Amino acid sequence: MDTASSLGFFVMVTIIKVVVVMLVLLTVIAYLTWLERKVVAHIQSRWGPYLTGPHGLLQPVADGLKFLFKEDIVPLEVDRLIYWLAPFLAFTLACLSIAVIPFGAHYQFHGHELFQLTDLNVGLLFVFAVTSLGVYSIALAGWSSNSKYPLLGGLRSSAQMISYEISLSLAVIGVLMISGTLSLRGIVEQQAGLWESGGLGILPHWNLFLQPVGFICYFTAAVAETNRVPFDLPEGETELVGGFHTEYSSFKFALFFLSEYANMITVSCLATLLFFGGWLGPVFGPGWLRLLLPVLWFFLKVFCFLFFYIWMRGTLPRFRYDQLMAFGWKFLLPLALLNILVTGLIMTWVG
Amino acid sequence: MAILFYIAAALAIVAGLSVILHRTPVYSALSLIVVLGALAVIYLLLGAPFIAMIQVIVYAGAIMVLFVMVIMLLNAHREQPIDRSRFAHYLGGPVLIALLVEILFAVWRQFPVSSTPPAVGLEGDPASIGHLLFRTYVLPFEVTSILILVAMLGAVILAKKQP
Repeated sequence: MDTASSLGFFVMVTIIKVVVVMLVLLTVIAYLTWLERKVVAHIQSRWGPYLTGPHGLLQPVADGLKFLFKEDIVPLEVDRLIYWLAPFLAFTLACLSIAVIPFGAHYQFHGHELFQLTDLNVGLLFVFAVTSLGVYSIALAGWSSNSKYPLLGGLRSSAQMISYEISLSLAVIGVLMISGTLSLRGIVEQQAGLWESGGLGILPHWNLFLQPVGFICYFTAAVAETNRVPFDLPEGETELVGGFHTEYSSFKFALFFLSEYANMITVSCLATLLFFGGWLGPVFGPGWLRLLLPVLWFFLKVFCFLFFYIWMRGTLPRFRYDQLMAFGWKFLLPLALLNILVTGLIMTWVG
Repeated sequence: MAILFYIAAALAIVAGLSVILHRTPVYSALSLIVVLGALAVIYLLLGAPFIAMIQVIVYAGAIMVLFVMVIMLLNAHREQPIDRSRFAHYLGGPVLIALLVEILFAVWRQFPVSSTPPAVGLEGDPASIGHLLFRTYVLPFEVTSILILVAMLGAVILAKKQP
């Protein structure tokens, strides 16, 4: 194969992979909104969406169409360019980090990794870099709206996201110390197998059992980073009308909405990969099943996290702002630092 | 690769100009973020993915967020141009050009256009950078972090209200 056609092949395969991943991602996001409404409704003894399709299954489609056809109201005094830029930035960044997430076991199709868009050797840092830029979309949306409630929401969120980003990064350092790599695929592959002693022969070799504190820190910080209940102060309907997206309507509002769900999926994927062994699980049967089962395990684990997110939303009240800051800086950050210290000490001791 | 370099370099220069030419502080800050992003791309092309990612995380993701937040807090809109200093008005341009020529001259003398890039003998991966920072240069590294900590403490004490 000469270089030109192999380059063409590479581009074609990459485009197909990107399109498939984006379609799956958007479908999952759409049905995540349905799931959220359903689960929260059942927690509150209601039925939730029921009329559009069986059990309201077509509700996401109806919502999407509604968002597309609604009138797009742009307030008079907004900063035009940034007002337009912010929602697109939010959505692009939210979808970008999915590029380095591996969905399934290592399988090469004509020299291309089948279940991952690209395997960076600094994959984890890439996700953190993209997430750290996500705060701009919210801050800029709040500022450019030129209105007091969005501005307050934007300010709150930038302070909150910077604060919790530190805990988020520090929480995973324990895992990195154990696995010794920043590649997400490498981190998962290092968790293969079962515990040799003390696990009754059924406990999988997940990082969760080595880093329970790290996991708790990670997940708490991740919820705050994605602005979900109980840390949803940037939105805070009862205090700020709707927070940073008060002045947005129609499709631009939908983009913010979608990016919030995409971010939830990203941090859930990351939690699965870092602490719950990613796609690893019992694999059996013929060749095609051996290929697809890991993907199923991965999706199941991610689904559990997403369900947990929704469960929390139906259960917990919102933090007060000073409580949020005190919790992040005075409890979560020291805990994450202590976790690194203890992990390092044990690793030096055990060798 | 070369095409990507020229795109990133051109983007960095254009955005860099827009940092100083824009009158709205938020636009200047945003342009600076674009500059940092373009530099990250150049680091990637140089085979230093770790530095590229850290560049984005630390500069674009943390420091510039603080800048943007302060601009938002002060709610700074358009700046009014002030033409008070005639001295700066007439001398600014020539001094700038002189400085630029001087830097270019120094760079050209150090690295002639025909020369191949010097082999550093370094890998850009996280492990080798970690070795350099925590083994070879551990003392300068720690001294720098103490210095930053002291500066931070000073800022906190200065900003604190007097009792």
